[in-house]
Amino acid sequence: MTTAAPPTLELRDLYAGYDAGWALSDVNLEFPPGKLVAVIGPNGSGKSTLLRAILGLVPHRRGMVTLSARPIDRQRIAYVPQREVVDWSFPISAEQVVLMGRYPRIGPVLPAAPADRAAVAAALERVGMHGLAHRQIGALSGGQQQRVFLARALVQEADILLLDEPMTGVDLATEETIGTLMRELRDAGATVVYATHDLETAADISDLLCFVNGRIVAFGPPAETFTPHTLHETFGGELMIVDAGDHAHVHGGGHHGHVDVPKR
Amino acid sequence: MDWLTDPLSLELFRRALIEAVVMGATCGAIGAYVVLRRLAFIGDALSHAVFPGVVLAYVAGWPIFAGAMIAGTITSLAIAVVSRGQRIREDTAIGIFFAGAFALGIVLISTQTGYQRDLSAFLVGDLLAVGWDDIAVSALTGASVIGVLVALRKELLLVSFDRTFAQALGYPVFALELLLLLLLTATIVVSLSAVGIILVLAMLVTPAATARLLVDRFTPMMILGGALGALYGVIGWYVSYHLGWSPGGSIVLTATLFFLVVFVFSPTHGLLAHRLRRHPQHDVRPAIDQPPGHRHAGSEDAVVASLERRHPPGR
Repeated sequence: MTTAAPPTLELRDLYAGYDAGWALSDVNLEFPPGKLVAVIGPNGSGKSTLLRAILGLVPHRRGMVTLSARPIDRQRIAYVPQREVVDWSFPISAEQVVLMGRYPRIGPVLPAAPADRAAVAAALERVGMHGLAHRQIGALSGGQQQRVFLARALVQEADILLLDEPMTGVDLATEETIGTLMRELRDAGATVVYATHDLETAADISDLLCFVNGRIVAFGPPAETFTPHTLHETFGGELMIVDAGDHAHVHGGGHHGHVDVPKR
Repeated sequence: MDWLTDPLSLELFRRALIEAVVMGATCGAIGAYVVLRRLAFIGDALSHAVFPGVVLAYVAGWPIFAGAMIAGTITSLAIAVVSRGQRIREDTAIGIFFAGAFALGIVLISTQTGYQRDLSAFLVGDLLAVGWDDIAVSALTGASVIGVLVALRKELLLVSFDRTFAQALGYPVFALELLLLLLLTATIVVSLSAVGIILVLAMLVTPAATARLLVDRFTPMMILGGALGALYGVIGWYVSYHLGWSPGGSIVLTATLFFLVVFVFSPTHGLLAHRLRRHPQHDVRPAIDQPPGHRHAGSEDAVVASLERRHPPGR
């Protein structure tokens, strides 16, 4: 992480959308440094839009996104897009993809410096991919591809990491690697915000949960926000909440697994 | 060895050979982006869009290069701007502008008399009409295009592979994509005298697609594409000289033949290699983009045919 004090990411009166209407309205959030935040919501609820709006990647945006009360500096934010956004048959190696995270530092014209190469090697090692650095990316499994994307974010050495469904469609080992890594980064002082479908893991490993459904339904520690009421507000008919004694079972429609929600 | 040295005795033929090599190398190098970014349709569109610029420059007595470049630039901009919105899809935008521009060129021709012979040369190329000044322009443009591709190799690669990530890093994605279209336009313009508007697509796609079948890395693909393009220029030109075939046609046919051979025999991605190791664990290789067929040959053939009916092309 950089030597400057870890910044606070703040969203004020944020509206974001693609064509007609806002996909996400009236967002007021503050992401304190050193927190792992899960963004939770059904498909099309605006999870990705929230992450993309922070980076200014949506066509229409209103409101303010600030980093410690200043306009955001993209160099301090690392973004891990969904795996589907790229063409994996592209003729490049895992190592070359990871190096892309260093491009802004390297600048145009010049080749990568030894320090950049070292950062790439270290990041690949950290995500458990050191043996596959020279593999063509299309020959990697889905989980390995996700690790490559993660390594690419690591080499940016950013204060803030935004991950768009990093655990969707990956194997269990990769899911664990990603979870561990996100917590390590959090412990090192970074703000880690990730979108997810997996309610159970999210409640387990995150410091804060951000429930989204076209707006922010709830934002806070799992103990406060992970309630049947919030889940119903977020998922509506997509979730089936079953009373089972001291816990309510929640079955996510279309989402994997079920979770126990403490009754209150 | 006479067959090799004889054609070089005349300056006329030496010039043609140089032009063919410059064209082939430039097209083959930028072709890596055309193939990987699926710009074949755009490349085709741009080659047609320069047509009215060529006609106008010809009629007005300007340098053809300038007219073609201006028309291509306007079209690149129009395509980039219109397809930025989400209501009109990119292929639709391209279809609109390229057919429109080509129609404008045809209308402009029809108002002129006596230009058909020269204009047909722009449609299918006329290597033997190339002068030293043309070669100077081509070489300078080709070197500039390749120079920019090398200087901005990281940025162009990033935008081509992962546009979203490039945006997230704060790169001027729109400007870089437009730059690529402008480089493509410049490449097309310098290729006109060698292979013409109709055949240039083959040179933009075929050498790069052949290279893709042989290598699995971007930079080698680009270098190999450029080398193959230049090689096709040489071989096609010799074939044309000895058999009396159209130079542009011979160059493109050479490229097509090489592609077919590599497509079947490539040790890594070839049809035979795939057949020989049809084990499930080897089937992880992703499919390779096939070069698209020429989709609308009918309309162009009609134009060329009508031009040739009136003025049969001589050599």
